[in-house]
Formats: sequence, C-alpha cells, structure tokens
Amino acid sequence: MITSAIIPRPLARLPWRLIFLVAAIAAFGLLVLYSAAGGSVQPWALKQAIIFVVFLGIAIAMSWVSEATIKAVTFPLYAATLLMLIGVEALGFVGKGAQRWLDLGVIRLQPSEFMKPAIVLTLARFYELVPAGEIRKWRAIWPALLLLGVPAVLILVQPDLGTCIMVGLCGVTVMFLAGLPWWIFAGPAAAVAVAAPIAYSMLHGYQRKRIDVFLSPESDPLGAGYHISQSKIAIGSGGIWGKGFLQGSQSHLDYLPEGHTDFVFATMAEEWGLVGGVLLIVAFGLVIRWGMRVSGNARTRFSQLAAAGLSATIFFYVSINLMMVMGLAPVVGVPLPLVSFGGSAVMTVMLCLGLLMALERQQRTVTTIA
Amino acid sequence: MNQAKRFTSAHQSITFSRRMLLLGGAQVGVGALLIGRLGWLSIAQNAKYQLLSENNRVQLIPVPPRRGWIIDRNGKPIAINRSSFRVDLIPQQLEKNRDIVPELARLLTLTNDDVDRIRRELEESRGFQPVSVAENVTYDQYAAVTVRLPDLPGVQATRGFSRYYPDGPAVAHLLGYVGAANAKEYEAEQKNPLLIIPGFKIGKQGLEKSLEPYLRGVPGGQRIEVTARGKLVKELDPKPDRSGQTVQLTIDQGLQQYAARRMGDQSGALVAMDVASGDILAFVSMPAFDPNSFSEGIGRTEWKMLSENDHIPLLNKVAQGLYPSGSTIKPAMALGFLKQGVDPKQRVFCSGGVQIGNRYFRDDAAHGSVDMQEAIAHSCNSYFWTMGLRTDPQLTTEMVNYLGYGQEFDLPIPSQRFGTMPSPEWLEKKYHRAWQGYDSANTSIGQGYVLINPMQLAVMPARIASGKLLQPRLLVAGPKKAAPALDIDPEFLAIVRAGMAGVVDHGTAAAAKLPLDGIQMAGKTGTAQVFRLIARGHQGNWNLRDHALFVAFAPADKPRYAIGCIIEHGGFGASAAAPIVRDSMTYLFDKQKALAALAPLEEQWGGTLAERNARQLDTFRAASRTTSA
Repeated sequence: MITSAIIPRPLARLPWRLIFLVAAIAAFGLLVLYSAAGGSVQPWALKQAIIFVVFLGIAIAMSWVSEATIKAVTFPLYAATLLMLIGVEALGFVGKGAQRWLDLGVIRLQPSEFMKPAIVLTLARFYELVPAGEIRKWRAIWPALLLLGVPAVLILVQPDLGTCIMVGLCGVTVMFLAGLPWWIFAGPAAAVAVAAPIAYSMLHGYQRKRIDVFLSPESDPLGAGYHISQSKIAIGSGGIWGKGFLQGSQSHLDYLPEGHTDFVFATMAEEWGLVGGVLLIVAFGLVIRWGMRVSGNARTRFSQLAAAGLSATIFFYVSINLMMVMGLAPVVGVPLPLVSFGGSAVMTVMLCLGLLMALERQQRTVTTIA
Repeated sequence: MNQAKRFTSAHQSITFSRRMLLLGGAQVGVGALLIGRLGWLSIAQNAKYQLLSENNRVQLIPVPPRRGWIIDRNGKPIAINRSSFRVDLIPQQLEKNRDIVPELARLLTLTNDDVDRIRRELEESRGFQPVSVAENVTYDQYAAVTVRLPDLPGVQATRGFSRYYPDGPAVAHLLGYVGAANAKEYEAEQKNPLLIIPGFKIGKQGLEKSLEPYLRGVPGGQRIEVTARGKLVKELDPKPDRSGQTVQLTIDQGLQQYAARRMGDQSGALVAMDVASGDILAFVSMPAFDPNSFSEGIGRTEWKMLSENDHIPLLNKVAQGLYPSGSTIKPAMALGFLKQGVDPKQRVFCSGGVQIGNRYFRDDAAHGSVDMQEAIAHSCNSYFWTMGLRTDPQLTTEMVNYLGYGQEFDLPIPSQRFGTMPSPEWLEKKYHRAWQGYDSANTSIGQGYVLINPMQLAVMPARIASGKLLQPRLLVAGPKKAAPALDIDPEFLAIVRAGMAGVVDHGTAAAAKLPLDGIQMAGKTGTAQVFRLIARGHQGNWNLRDHALFVAFAPADKPRYAIGCIIEHGGFGASAAAPIVRDSMTYLFDKQKALAALAPLEEQWGGTLAERNARQLDTFRAASRTTSA
C-alpha cells in the first residue's frame, strides 16, 4: 500500500508490492521469450505481454469483488466448470492427441484450467459449511472426495496427467488444512505407493514412456529422454552466471525442445545461470508467501482455506514445472506460470491472484472498519 | 473421554495453524530442494553439461582431402583431379509427398538411366546418407540449381573435385577406378565419416585401390555450429586438409596409350618392360571400360554393354587373364636343354610330327633337319618334343619357371593370378600321377598344364635379354634392388638370343621387323590352342580361334626393352600379336614412325579409341532402346 496525497485512494490501496513482484516475474519471462525467439518479440514475447496485461487488469478488477460474492458464485462456478469438462469429453475436438479445449468460436476454453481455482473455492466453501464438530466424521469426507474426484477423473481421461495431478493436489491441500484426520492422507499415500505399478500399467503409451524416461533419462537420449536430457544440459551448461542474454546455444539452435513453453526455465537458466534461476525461484516464493500470509491473516474460515489453497495452486504450478525441468519429476506438461508462453497458465495464476487480492482487500476493509 | 473426542472451533483453529506451518515448511523445503538441484546442475556438474552443450552446438564436418595424382615415369599425369560441380539429395530433408526428381531431371537434363538410379538409391538410402544426383554438372546447371535451392529442400549443390583419367580406357586396368564407398567398405573402416561425404571416392580397383593409403591424404575439418535440425548457423575456425601423395609409376604414358590404341578392337594384353631396371613401361589390357565413367557412377546401359561384351572389357587380363604360353615357352625350354648339356648344333629331323607313346604329335609343317636356333626361329615343335624326351623334365621345367613362367611377382595390383608351370613334382603333388612323355611334349610347346599371365610374358624375354633375374616394378618409389645375374652360362643366353633374333630376321615373325635402321628385334611367336588341335588356324568362330602370343626384346644385340603380348583368339602369334609388339617397340625408339603406322589402321577401324568407344555406347543405347520399346 502506498500512502500518498497525489495517488487516488483506490489505487493506493492496491497491493503494489505483489503487483510489482508479479510484473517483474512476467517482464523477466518476456525477456526470456524474446531470447527464445532468437532476439525477436515475434512470435511469442509481444503476444505474451498482451495476454499478461489483460489478465493483470482482470486480476486487479477482481480485487474489488467481495468475499460474499465469491462465496455466492463458488458452487455455480464449480458446476459450470464441471459441465464444461463433460462438454469437452462429449464434443471437444482432438488437438495434440488430447481433448482439452472447448471451442466457443471466439475463444478456446480449457475448462481444466478453471477447475484449479474452482476446486479450491468449492472445497473451502464446503468446509466452511461443515460444523467444527463434524469435521472428523465420514460425512465431512465423502462429499469432498466426490467434489474432487469427479473433475480429476474427467481431466485424467482427457488425458491431461499434469492438470489432473495439480487439481488433485490443490484439493487435497484444502482438505488437509480443513483439519481432516491424518489417516485420510496417510492411508491413500500408502495406497498410492502400492497402486503405482498398477496405475502405471493403465497409463497411455506416451505417459508411461515419460515416466520410464524420468527414471532413467539417459537410457534414451535421442528419443523420449531427449526433453529431460537437453533441458539438464541447458541448465547445467549455464553455470553460475549463465551464457549471457541471447547467447544460449541449446535454445537458439533448437536442441532444447519446448524451450518457450514447458521448458522455458531451462532456456532462462542457460542464459542467466544459477543467479537468474535462484532469483526467479525466490520471486515465486515471495508471491506464494504473500498468499499464505493472506490465509494466515484471514478472519473467515472460507478465506483462510481459499487463500491457502490458491497459494498452493501457484506453488504446485511452479514446483512441478521446475522439478520436471530439472529432472526431479517426470515430464507431465505443466508450464511455468507467468514465464512460459501461453494464455492458460497466465489466466489460472492471475485468477488465483485476483481472488487472493480480493480476500486481502476484505481483511483490510474489515480491519479499517473495526 | 467424550470431551477429548469433541472437535471444537478452537481445535480447528489450532489444527489449521499447525497444518499451515507444516504446509509452509514443506513449501520452503521444496524451494530449497529446487535451488539445491539448480546449484548441483549448474555448479557441480557444470563442466560435464558444458561439454555436452558444446558437442551439441559444434559439429566437425570432415573436409575431404584431394586425392593424390598418379604420374608416369616422365611426370606426365595419368590420374588427376578436376574441379567439378555436383548435386546431391539428402533423403532426410526431402519434403514428403513431393517428388523432386523430375524437377531435378529437367534442370540437370538427366537421362532415364540416371533417374532410375536416383530412385533406386533413394529407396535404399538410410536417411542421412546423401544420394548423388549428378556429378560433373556444368557451371550453368550448377547455377540453375543453386538459385532454386530455397525452393528445393533436401537438395545440395556443392563444388568439389572429381577424378579424371586423361587416357581413359588405356589406363583402366592399370589404375582401376574410384567410387563411393559401399556399406561394406564403410563398416571395414570403423564407419569413417569421411567415407560417406558426398563425392568422396575411394580406390575400387587396380592401383587406385592398392595405393589408397598413399593417395587418400588426410581430411581436414570444418567446425560448424549447427541447429538440432542440421542447419548450418556459422562456420568456426577450420582445420586444413592434406592432399594425398603423388605417386609416380614406372609406366610410360605415351607407350601405354599407344599400345592400347594399337590393339584396336582386339581383346588382349601387352606388358612392356625396361630391361635395365625391370620397370614396367606399359600395362595394357584391352578392350577396357572408361574409368572416368566408372568414377562418375556408371549408367546402367553402359554397365550392361560392358558386362555383355564377349571381349570381357571388365577383366584385367594382365593381372587375371591366364593363357597357355604356346611356343613362347621355347626359348626358355632351349635354355633348359642347354643347361643339361644338349649341344645347340645337334640337329633333329622334323618330318612334320613325332610319335610319343601311342600318340602322334603333329607339327605345323615339316621343317626338315633343324638345330636349336633354327628350331626357335621356325618354331619347330618336333625339335622340342624330341629334346624334351631326351632331357630331365624336372630340370627343364624348373628352368622355365626360373625365367618367369608361373612365377609370382610382388606388384601392387590387387587380385593377381599367376598361372602354373607344371613339373613332374608338381604333377605328382597335384594329380598324383607320374610325368609321362606326352607331358613333356605338351609342356615343351607351352600347352597342357602350362598357364601364364601376360606379365610373365614380358618378364621371360626381359630376363633372357638382360641375363639378370629382373623383378617387374610399377612404383618408382618402390624398393630398387640390383637384379642378380641369372644362373645361366652367358654363352647359352647368347645362343638363345640369336635364335630369337632369327625369329624376326627370317623365322616365323619375319614380317615383324622393326622399321628402324640398325635396330633389330628378337622375339618368339606363340599360338596357344583354345579348342582342339585339328581346328588350328583360321576358325570362323571367334571364340574358338587360337590365342596369338608374341614375346620380344630389342635391340637384339644390346637389349633395352622387352615386350610380351597376347591377343585372345588372334590366330597365329605371328600375324596378330607380333605386329602390335613391333609397332609398340618402334614407339619406344621412334614415336613419329610408330604414330604414322597407327594412323591408317585407326582410319580403317573407324576412328580413335575414344571415338570408337563413344560410338559403340551410342549403338548399344539405341539397340537396347529398340529392344525395350
């Protein structure tokens, strides 16, 4: 918050530190996209800048939405998103071998993206409605599992493993913070460990291959392991200070695949080195900490759970992408928000931030009034 | 108990705070893990990944070295490199669903033959291996392709060098030819990347093959930055290549070409040697293919023509042709007799044949009473049959072998065959039977088991002429050993030389006198039967006619050169082989006279060798077109 006589009050009351932080990350991302295109704003950087500015505007506008309104639209929003997911299954068209988009003519919607904030809000709303005494009862568990499970399965069969995992993790985080008994989380974790081999056998060919390759990427350096191998080469060859802006050979000579989307971090690390990587991770960490603080300072149970869940969404986005790029997780196709080229991730993250800003404004308003 | 089980808002708040702390801690933990991993990759493993990144970025393209020249004894080039333009296809980079071949065929005016070959090679290619479209294209065609390159993905137009043999077919069997390495050769060299560069040729036959280590040179390297798709970004500092060595041969280019032309359309071989050193001056096998068209990748029609020709132009007759020596063996036999004490003045009466055992051996003519020198001059078989029976066949045949027949020579020619000089010991070992009178009879006129190659046909007169145990040499840089004197009484050699001089002076080859004042040639004719004795002489069927042979040295009194020649199915040695040897020998002493003798002959045959070859190919093309149409 900037207190100044010149700046109008509504503007001054925006969380400027967060906005600067997010803009800095996005600006850095634009630099990387500029370099990935061989030193050109076409075809990625300019488009990405426009997308970012538009969604930043939407996010700021959202910050004036009241908590009550958010609560009111939560369930309808969830229902609508779920319907769209079913719609994608029914009449979505096939692109990249996966049904993910709903083509509405003007825009192509990816409903699974909306599901990330929607599931967080829905579960937060659900647990707000559950009385404290009931929280350890079966009645507090099965509806949540249903609310989470149905969209997760729909997304998995698209197939979009990355988004499915993210939706699942976001939902589980809210359930965890809601205070569900430990065994709810420990049990399935154990079950997953046991069931992993079975699930593995049911995965799609390309998904299974990605896991195989994750377990030993060097086994197939020219085939499926190519992504991870080249990404590690790009990051590792950057060293501490990087090769310099526009000097990354891995990305400029096309050795690094998807260097402007999922593997944009490798493109960045090659040119900016460890320093750039740490700065980016710390910047994301500050954004997430800001969100977690919103949760910590929240007065209502809904805003507590929603803020934490929304922050967790951003956290999972960043960490899954970075683990994937650095060879710590299989390649599941999760982009790096604000940096990777593409609208969906920007949209999701800005929706989350918009909601967080709205919740944060609420806290301050309450404080001021009280 | 009930109290403890109840979960209140207060509890809920505490649980939330605790779990938030846990969640925050986990997030910080993941963040630390990520930074740690980033540090591990970029600091601890930086060197490893930097190397990998450089390996990605920089590729070393071998720059093929220029092949060494092959020059003759006087420094005249017989195999050189010509600057050339070539067009290749990279199958991997071709656009799918687009047939680029007709467009190239139009630009480069390719024949149907070429188009067939390109299509075949495209099918067999392994993606990265370039397929040659055309070599030695003209500058205009090269330019036409170059300006359209952006529009022709997968097409590569490059400047390079191609092998050129100025003498064409005349040196075909001596030098062999060069060609792109095949899969087997590529594997044999541990997948040497040099071998798959478009336009890089290795020796495939003859000296080009055996001298490959000298001729190849050392490839240079062009370090280039390439994209993952193989597109060149920029060139880095190159490493220069080193051309192959120039190899000097003992061959006399002029004589080589002259002898090849002088053979006309006949099928045969001629080897000329310098009697002083053993240097091979000519190594001719005719007819021959044009090594230039082989080096450029031969068309199917031309290949068919060559392989169907009954004169076997694809066979190196000097190295691999084996023939009965016929009467050319007689001077060596005579030396064998002399060494065993036969008096050269002793006369044998030739009545036109000799009865040996239960078989009557018929001579060509009844020569009457002949001594050794007359027997050589007139090629009297009866004398040699008779003397062969009087002497020890083991010692006689050893002498012939000692003079070169059936002997192996250390020459840099791949896959040579050396024939057989039979002896009683050899016969016992090989066929487990004792030497009979008729074996002596057959051997003494160079029939039966006797098989020699044309090289030996030159070595034998050279050894007799020089009195030294000469070894043939092809490389000037090769080991030069002084040849030891023959283990034969010089007097005996003089007797045989005089007999050979008689052959040309008044004997069977009297028509082959050198047209030079003061230089006489000495020689020996030979007629090797191919079919049956009764069908001697002029046979209607070319295939069944006798081989004509002639060995010679000159000057008869002070020998300098020796020549051996065989004309397949040429009939009598005196009529087919001797004139060729005469003219070739003349060339060594007086080029003008020799060329003057050739001119009317070539006019009669219908043009020079090159003209006739071209015409033959055209006729064949036309014929195969009509048959296939």
